[in-house]
Amino acid sequence: MDLVTEVELSCASLSVRELNAALRELPAGTLVHIRDPGGNHNLAVALARHLEITIDGNAGYFVGGLCDGPDVTVEGFVGWSVGENLMSGSVRVRGNASECAGASAHGGLIVIEGDASSRAGISLKGGTIAVAGDVGHMSGFMAQAGTILVGGDAGGAVGDSLYEAVIYVGGHVTSLGSDAKVEELTAADVDRVRQLVESAGFSHVSPEDVTKVVSAKSLYHFDALKDQKY
Amino acid sequence: MCGIVGIRLHSGDLMHRLGELVAPMLEVLASRGPDSTGLAIYSHDLTGEPVGSLRYSVWAPTPYYDWDAFGQRLRTELGVSVTAYPWGRDAVLVAGGVPDVVLAALGRIDPSVRVFGWGTAIALLKDVGPASDVCERYGVRAMSGYQAIGHTRMATESAVTVEHSHPFAVASDLALVHNGSFSNYASVRRDLVGDGVRFDTDNDSEVAARFVAARLGEGADLRDALRGAMKAFDGFFTLLVATADSMAIVRDSFACKPMVVAETSDYVAVASEYVALAHLPGIEKADVFEPMPEEVYMWTS
Repeated sequence: MDLVTEVELSCASLSVRELNAALRELPAGTLVHIRDPGGNHNLAVALARHLEITIDGNAGYFVGGLCDGPDVTVEGFVGWSVGENLMSGSVRVRGNASECAGASAHGGLIVIEGDASSRAGISLKGGTIAVAGDVGHMSGFMAQAGTILVGGDAGGAVGDSLYEAVIYVGGHVTSLGSDAKVEELTAADVDRVRQLVESAGFSHVSPEDVTKVVSAKSLYHFDALKDQKY
Repeated sequence: MCGIVGIRLHSGDLMHRLGELVAPMLEVLASRGPDSTGLAIYSHDLTGEPVGSLRYSVWAPTPYYDWDAFGQRLRTELGVSVTAYPWGRDAVLVAGGVPDVVLAALGRIDPSVRVFGWGTAIALLKDVGPASDVCERYGVRAMSGYQAIGHTRMATESAVTVEHSHPFAVASDLALVHNGSFSNYASVRRDLVGDGVRFDTDNDSEVAARFVAARLGEGADLRDALRGAMKAFDGFFTLLVATADSMAIVRDSFACKPMVVAETSDYVAVASEYVALAHLPGIEKADVFEPMPEEVYMWTS
């Protein structure tokens, strides 16, 4: 029988480096409470096994970045690039998030229960991002693969230069970015959104009633003869 | 990089603690700007002089300059009351008379003297060196007041000197701090110079301060002045501006220079990074968010 242990670590007594080193030593399945996060950057990054981590307040940049396994919950606000380059596992933010939430995430799930700022899901590479509230301008910029669900409104130029990633917006789309277009929802889309709404725990998004934004693929391939300028 | 911070208190209870709240905000952001530090602190009774007295935050190249003698000369020349209050290596002069006349006289008595800010509410310090040294030198922790904006500088476009440090306070009770870079500030500056505006330095942020002051001087309110600045300036910037009764921020349309806002019933606090706000009382209950690009956020009493 595996014994689940519970650990408490505090940023009041540990440096960020010491904290991340301590997290790396913990056996899989450990429940961890990080006290006094104090807005520190780089909390719970680059962890390669499953841990249940709760960060007890507002945190800084790159929370949960580079992780491959843990489930991280932040009981507050996060700064830039939460879950940056996430491989698997999840990061859940109870408050608002600053820019570049889920930047370059390859896998896993990033849930923002408040609003996310500009460039959410920039260069997404396969991960999933669910934002309960609004996202700022240029969200989904150059996203290559994965899914972004926005419960609220999307700021200007959503999905600019998209590749294969798909963006679902529950609220208003301020404007589409270059080479982004709105596409009809299929039954598979509705299923996908329903699953996502369930895993994110959103009750305010109707899966049949979202706007799907995808690449129009006119910029998808570099055209050397475009306008005969080259 | 550069770090910018601001706090505006809604409640009287915290006013005697303003200095101890704002000093750590600057110190934490020394990581974003270690070469110079500046702070504009707003208080109606900084010196114990009657509310509404005009005060001038003065600096001389020689530290611990003889401000009493300087004040005496000002008194003799203008026939107005003058009292010098030492502050760090500099001083605050409380003087009667009209600001334009006093400002001209200060420069006549000793052309090396600089006025970093003046008005009925503002006191302004700037110095080279990291925030911890500067806050210590000026006794920031012991200061009270209702509002403050500050800056930790990592110089990118002009010299590291006291005069090139922020905040830039170029009109009565107006102060501006800036994180970012303007790509067209020479053009904006040329236009302002054509309109008769004079500059103290070649710093790009001074151009923004002069621009805002010029718009306010033409009768615009702070919100419109900042909207004007957002349109006139090209580049990446977050601006934080304070007047005697307001504090406001604006970010350019790309919004790649950070800013975090925290609001509680007791105060609104802003900083380049949340980590500078983490020590504030009641912050765990604050509404914390990143302001939108191209939008002026203003807090007024």
